Amino acid sequence: MNERPLRIVIAKAGLDGHDRGAKVIARALRDAGMEVIYTGLFQTPEQIVQTAVQEDADGIGLSILSGAHMTLFPLVVEQLQAQGAGDIVFFGGGTIPPDDAQRLRDLGVRAIFTPGAPLQDIVDFVRSECGKRRALVG
Amino acid sequence: MARAISWSESGRGGDLIRALYAKTGRAMTLGLTGPPGVGKSTLASGLVRKARSLGKRVGVVSVDPSSPFSHGALLGDRIRLAEHFTDECVFIRSMASRGHLGGLAGATADAVLLMDAFGFDVVLIETVGVGQSEVAIAELAHTVLVALQPGSGDSIQVLKAGIMEIADVFVVNKADHPMADQLRREIRSTMEMLQWDGWVPELVVTQALAGTGIDELWSAVERHVAYLNETGEMEMRRRDAFTHQVRQLALGRLEQRLNRAIRDGARDGVDPYEAAERILASLPKF
Ligand SMILES: Nc1nc2c(ncn2[C@@H]2O[C@H](COP(=O)(O)OP(=O)(O)OP(=O)(O)O)[C@@H](O)[C@H]2O)c(=O)[nH]1
Ligand SMILES: [Mg+2]
Repeated sequence: MNERPLRIVIAKAGLDGHDRGAKVIARALRDAGMEVIYTGLFQTPEQIVQTAVQEDADGIGLSILSGAHMTLFPLVVEQLQAQGAGDIVFFGGGTIPPDDAQRLRDLGVRAIFTPGAPLQDIVDFVRSECGKRRALVG
Repeated sequence: MARAISWSESGRGGDLIRALYAKTGRAMTLGLTGPPGVGKSTLASGLVRKARSLGKRVGVVSVDPSSPFSHGALLGDRIRLAEHFTDECVFIRSMASRGHLGGLAGATADAVLLMDAFGFDVVLIETVGVGQSEVAIAELAHTVLVALQPGSGDSIQVLKAGIMEIADVFVVNKADHPMADQLRREIRSTMEMLQWDGWVPELVVTQALAGTGIDELWSAVERHVAYLNETGEMEMRRRDAFTHQVRQLALGRLEQRLNRAIRDGARDGVDPYEAAERILASLPKF
């Protein structure tokens, strides 16, 4: 028996073509010993969740910079429920005002990181929360 | 199935594979190898499209390297397969090589068996693009596609490095490149220097990004599968794959026992040869 690294899907949704932030996070998680599945740009919520399910991911990190976060984040939460994948830890990042962030957390997004959040905080969050999911499902 | 593959990845897949093994043996397994960036994932996407147009269910296993330092990995093969993400008849799984040599991960063979048992008609396996050591794919896939690209020294290295022998079909991808024809000629002349008995590898020119040449590639694969079936070589390939996995599993167990014995064994004042003899003597006989 061997320890399987945590598996995290890092996705970009919507129509903005900026994925530098997502790539920085992906690399930081990789360097922290995790397996990061990168899906590329312009993913729909359905594509993102389908990917996470097939990859048996412990977490999904979604980056949105286009301002469409109030539509896209809730759609991912909805898809996760619809596919019986509510155990996957869903977190996000982007230029998201505090009020919106609070509403998204209330909807079930587990954490929102805004630009400037220390990478170490993100890594620590993922390790601890996704680690709990892993401990549950094995 | 997603969970089942994870069990195999953590070394707990044995029971399920045992239970499902009788259901395997129906899928056509295609290996896709070649140097980094030649277009393996893009070709995979085209082949999935083709297989889907024929009504087949398709599984894809894509292996990318793990970092030897952090043991983490960036798995990016999916990017090229996005058009198939929501197709219920396509299942894509990314795998990290986790230190396995030979371009495949330890659990790749299990993932292929699982997809086969779950009724996928075609299973595509994309290896790590390391260029020279992906020969393990020949033990797993019925048909091996070796993709090469024009204007790259990597591809010429591949031709020199014994990959010729495992190719059932050569793919010259990026046909839009001005040196594509030159590479095609180079492969031809390298092939002429070798002796072939039985199947002579086909050579197909593609432009995966535009979807050009995929139909021809699929036809070449079908001809190879027909050849395997007609000559009885299919049975041989299946047996080879079986033997290979048995070897891998047994070696893995043996290595664990050996490591334990080495760790626990006394080594003070003993030379390495003597220590090795003692450890072997202490292992249970077969
Ligand atoms: N010009 C041209 N570019 C292509 C073609 N096919 C693929 N590419 C590009 O080549 C690059 C690499 O393609 P991939 O499919 O990711 O290659 P790969 O072999 O899977 O790469 P690794 O998995 O990283 O080894 C991408 O930018 C593709 O868009 C083609 O026919 N012509
Ligand atoms: Mg690839």
